Amino acid sequence: MALLEVNNLDVRFALRGGDVRALRDVCFSLDRGERLGIVGESGAGKSVAAFSLLNLIAKPGYIAGGSITFDGEELSGMKDRGLRRIRGNRISMIFQDPMMTLNPVLSIGEQMVECLKAHRRISTREARAISLHKLNQVQIPSPETRLDQYPHELSGGMRQRVIIAIALLLDPDIIIADEPTTALDVTIQAEIMDLLLELCEKHNVGLVLITHDLGVVSQVTQRMLVMYAGRVIEQGPTREIINDPQHPYTQGLINALPQMATPGSRLNQIPGSMPSLSNLPSGCAFHPRCGFVNDANGEPRKACLDKVPGFVDSGNCRVACHMVAELVNQQQRDSREEIL
Amino acid sequence: MIAFLIKRLFHAFLVMFVISVISFAIQDNLGDPIQQMVGQSVPESERAELREELGLNDPFFVQYLRFAKNAAQFDFGYSYIFNEPTTQVIMRHLPATLELVAATTFLIVLLSVPIGVYSAIKPRAWLSRAFMGVSIVGISIPVFLTAIVLIQLFAIGVDFTPFPADTAWGAWLNDLLSTDGGMPAYGRGNPVHVFGTWDTNFSSLEGLTYLVLPAISLASIMLPLFIRLIRAEMLEVLQSEYVKFARAKGISLRRIYFVHALKNTMLPVITVGGVQIGTLVAYTILTETVFQWPGMGLMFLDAIERSDIPLIVTYLMIVGLIFVITNTLVDLIYGLVNPTVKLTGKPA
Repeated sequence: MALLEVNNLDVRFALRGGDVRALRDVCFSLDRGERLGIVGESGAGKSVAAFSLLNLIAKPGYIAGGSITFDGEELSGMKDRGLRRIRGNRISMIFQDPMMTLNPVLSIGEQMVECLKAHRRISTREARAISLHKLNQVQIPSPETRLDQYPHELSGGMRQRVIIAIALLLDPDIIIADEPTTALDVTIQAEIMDLLLELCEKHNVGLVLITHDLGVVSQVTQRMLVMYAGRVIEQGPTREIINDPQHPYTQGLINALPQMATPGSRLNQIPGSMPSLSNLPSGCAFHPRCGFVNDANGEPRKACLDKVPGFVDSGNCRVACHMVAELVNQQQRDSREEIL
Repeated sequence: MIAFLIKRLFHAFLVMFVISVISFAIQDNLGDPIQQMVGQSVPESERAELREELGLNDPFFVQYLRFAKNAAQFDFGYSYIFNEPTTQVIMRHLPATLELVAATTFLIVLLSVPIGVYSAIKPRAWLSRAFMGVSIVGISIPVFLTAIVLIQLFAIGVDFTPFPADTAWGAWLNDLLSTDGGMPAYGRGNPVHVFGTWDTNFSSLEGLTYLVLPAISLASIMLPLFIRLIRAEMLEVLQSEYVKFARAKGISLRRIYFVHALKNTMLPVITVGGVQIGTLVAYTILTETVFQWPGMGLMFLDAIERSDIPLIVTYLMIVGLIFVITNTLVDLIYGLVNPTVKLTGKPA
């Protein structure tokens, strides 16, 4: 059994006009030391997925169904007290904007020591020693002085290093990183990402990396999920998805990378925009933007308009798309006929 | 630190200069001082002589300089009604007002923080809603009305008998709705002498009872203001990323609320609060009048009624000085709480 298993996760936001489903049927798993990327447009549900793992979604959001199993324990219905043992201790998080993540009125040392003391019975002196060690690991210049400094005295890149050090403080099993480099200077982004990758590899820490940077995903992760409108639409080994995307949406995403366009022409894009979660199109949520809705006769596929696609196995990947399902079935029929 | 204090001292001088010019201008225009000093029967020639003697014919500028020179030595002249130096009159009334303000501040600090924090943490709880409702009422009702209602309820007492007194439950309900009264609501009682002009109400339980009603009515506007301010700030802080991150670190909720959130909440509260505490000194005029509290407010009203111009001017100067001092203190405290503000001028 994998270290972290998420099955049919269903997260909703209780709003005045009724519940809005932010996540539906999200399933994935993470092995010890494995690195998983979650990609998708803004509003696809990436961050909600990350925060719901530790039940940190802000009200009115709540987990309506499904299971989150971590090391044999069920997290989805767990009380806050129980989750607190795990948060920051066995599963820690890195947030998007380092300028906002650290408390401006507490020194770096205080913010590290309190985290250690929340999970271990140790003295402040020991906690400071461990903090210093971790600050060394994230290669912050002159770590001794940093402990007594306040966040505003540090640059964005340094703050994100501090946050990585906090995430590593208690030698967690998994780090959930929610767009850890988005808010940083481009020159710093690569540094921070390399550091995170190196530390995860060295300490055998699992990583759930949420990003919309496909380049980062392909460099860092072994497996990836592509999300659209609160649903996982494609998952599998990162290399295979990047090299041979099956779902029309994933294809569109990769096609939209600037390096995929011919020089001098407009960049490729996926027409339209993501639907509002409270008003999803019928059938496959992507069908209004999909270039493959029509079947061989030029008619829109009825299934695409009516039925939510289930997963089909295509190679090592799992894809939720009627068109791919048709192709796979066709292939299977062909190969069966060949054998006969 | 030294640099900061010097800068503040300079500011203080500037503010005091402006206040003194305004006060002096008032002095110059509030009727004829000679008229105040001498009776109807004094002939015009003697009045002119007196006017010349007192330097009232000199240009405004010269008169102001004379005034400022004396003011710098805390000499603001003689009060007409008390017939002694105004500073002495003020010093005799100042302790009563300061004690009232101190008691009120204590009430505000003691109550506003827990209530504000509670109603931010549990915004939907019925108790929070009740606090918010009561606080709106508190802000809306003027101090003197609150004071009169308090006197009626707790000093005089109310007999309220809407229920039949011959039944057990009726008697009980009547009893519950009626009040005994008996709280002192006039003056300061017998304060204990400490030193100089300072008599205190804080030294005995009996003395403290005299402070209860005036302090509550003085707090009736500021307290709701502070509760609402703390609640609003706290609600905002609780939405912040760093609170979310603190939760992701697995820290206890108590520590998140009272260390992570409260410290950030208090930054704007301290700034506003300091100014408001200064305002309290001015607000005491109403409270002191209703409760006949022998402080500066009551004295000031007296001085206005009887056109005691030197005393009015001295009061304005002293209140201005109190404002300047509290503001400086607030800035110092703010610098201690907020690490992004460096008062010391030490390189970060």
